[in-house]
Amino acid sequence: MTSGENWVVACTVDAIQPAEALRVDIGSRTFVVVRSPDGQFFAMDGHCSHEKVHLADGIVDGNIIECPKHFGTFDYRSGESRALPACIDLKSYQVKVEADSVYIRV
Amino acid sequence: MVVVGAGEAGAGAVTALREGGWTGPLVLIGSEDSLPYERPPLSKAFLVEEPPPGPRQILTSERLRELRVTTFFGRSALSIDRSRRTVKISGGANVPYERLLLATGASPRTLPPKYGSAQNVLTLRTHDDAVRLRAAIKPGSKTVVVGGGFIGLEVASSAVSRGASCVVLEAGPRLLTRAVPEVLARLIQGRHEEAGVQIVTSASITRIEERAEQTLIILDDARVFYADMVVVGIGAEPNVKLAEAAGLSVDNGIVVDETLTASDPNIFAAGDCCSFPHPLYERRLRLEAWRNARRQAITAAANMLGAHQIHDDIPWFWSDQYEETLQIAGICPDQPAVHRDLGPKGTVLFYLDHDSKLVAACGFGSLGVVAKEIRFSEILIARRLKLSPAALADPTMNIKSLLVG
Repeated sequence: MTSGENWVVACTVDAIQPAEALRVDIGSRTFVVVRSPDGQFFAMDGHCSHEKVHLADGIVDGNIIECPKHFGTFDYRSGESRALPACIDLKSYQVKVEADSVYIRV
Repeated sequence: MVVVGAGEAGAGAVTALREGGWTGPLVLIGSEDSLPYERPPLSKAFLVEEPPPGPRQILTSERLRELRVTTFFGRSALSIDRSRRTVKISGGANVPYERLLLATGASPRTLPPKYGSAQNVLTLRTHDDAVRLRAAIKPGSKTVVVGGGFIGLEVASSAVSRGASCVVLEAGPRLLTRAVPEVLARLIQGRHEEAGVQIVTSASITRIEERAEQTLIILDDARVFYADMVVVGIGAEPNVKLAEAAGLSVDNGIVVDETLTASDPNIFAAGDCCSFPHPLYERRLRLEAWRNARRQAITAAANMLGAHQIHDDIPWFWSDQYEETLQIAGICPDQPAVHRDLGPKGTVLFYLDHDSKLVAACGFGSLGVVAKEIRFSEILIARRLKLSPAALADPTMNIKSLLVG
């Protein structure tokens, strides 16, 4: 871990299977960490921008995570909203994997 | 292109028409004097959040300008002249159309006049209704809900969450008779009772009257309930008068074909007002559901622009009560279900046809668990895969794994 750059451990690598997502609470902030079908990790703000729903409860399909409630979708690589009713992009965060841990740069 | 009705379907359609490539005139007519807004939060978040959230707009003024939509809000469509292809609206204008979408929605049923009348009896459909209801449900106040369906139970959940007391009077022998299997309806009833809601089934109202500042609801077995506010949630009727007067085919909704085209090829219908044939369920459906309105708007807009898309979206409903969610994919048939018990996280029921293909799934419990189960069920229904009842019943089996067939 690089000190002074706000890298925070989010979870272990094994905590998320490919094409799955995990809710991660760090302090008062909520993130969603997504593992893509090919095994890469991504992170963005954890609540849908349409209504305060945990995106980690939705499904991952290709490069998209879908809100479990109203089916708004986001590209989890960039946080970009892709389908209504979600029309506001989410902030995405840098991620790195060291040893068996996934880090988010918050 | 002219769209009558500025709810979820109408607002969705003008967006889809423009995004689908329509560059000509685009008109949206809505009877409420406000920008299109989402209705689902009115019985939930709007009643409980502090401070009350404003209407959640589907289209902002900026977005309407960007889409170049001419709007007539606060104006009603009075009649359609199909030979001249015009819609007459209140205020006197005749709006010409090449293609017309009727997204007129549905209106809540009210209690018959024979029960009497009182000031504090409300149906919940509009933002104004919700403002009035919110003002009435406060700590210590008494709410009586007539009707144990989705709206009534969401209001009950919201009322007790705000510290009001609440009684639900349901005419049928159980809650949620129309869309939810009995097993889940019992679980939901238990959750309400745990929260302090009094549920009265087989309730037959004989009279509603005002006394002092309270409203009395009198049942035929002489029980009397007092309320500061009575909310009537006994279903809704499709708004079909305009279509009927124009000579369009109407039968529990504006009758359309699988492309959502009405009995006039230049007129389409979408949303709560629309009776459409569903290829999977092989019968006509009319769905009062948020997602149906949204998805039908997209199909109708494409077909207004000359496509020939068949609307075969799997019906999907949800209701939030307390911290739990109820979600349904498909139409649950009246037959035994495969029961998947997820312990404290929820319960899901699966319905298979004679060929072991999933036709419906229904779950109640925490959003995180139920949403995934039902979302993957929806995909399984659409893919028409044969499934093993034993696998569906096994709570340790990840339902996603069934997608590979």
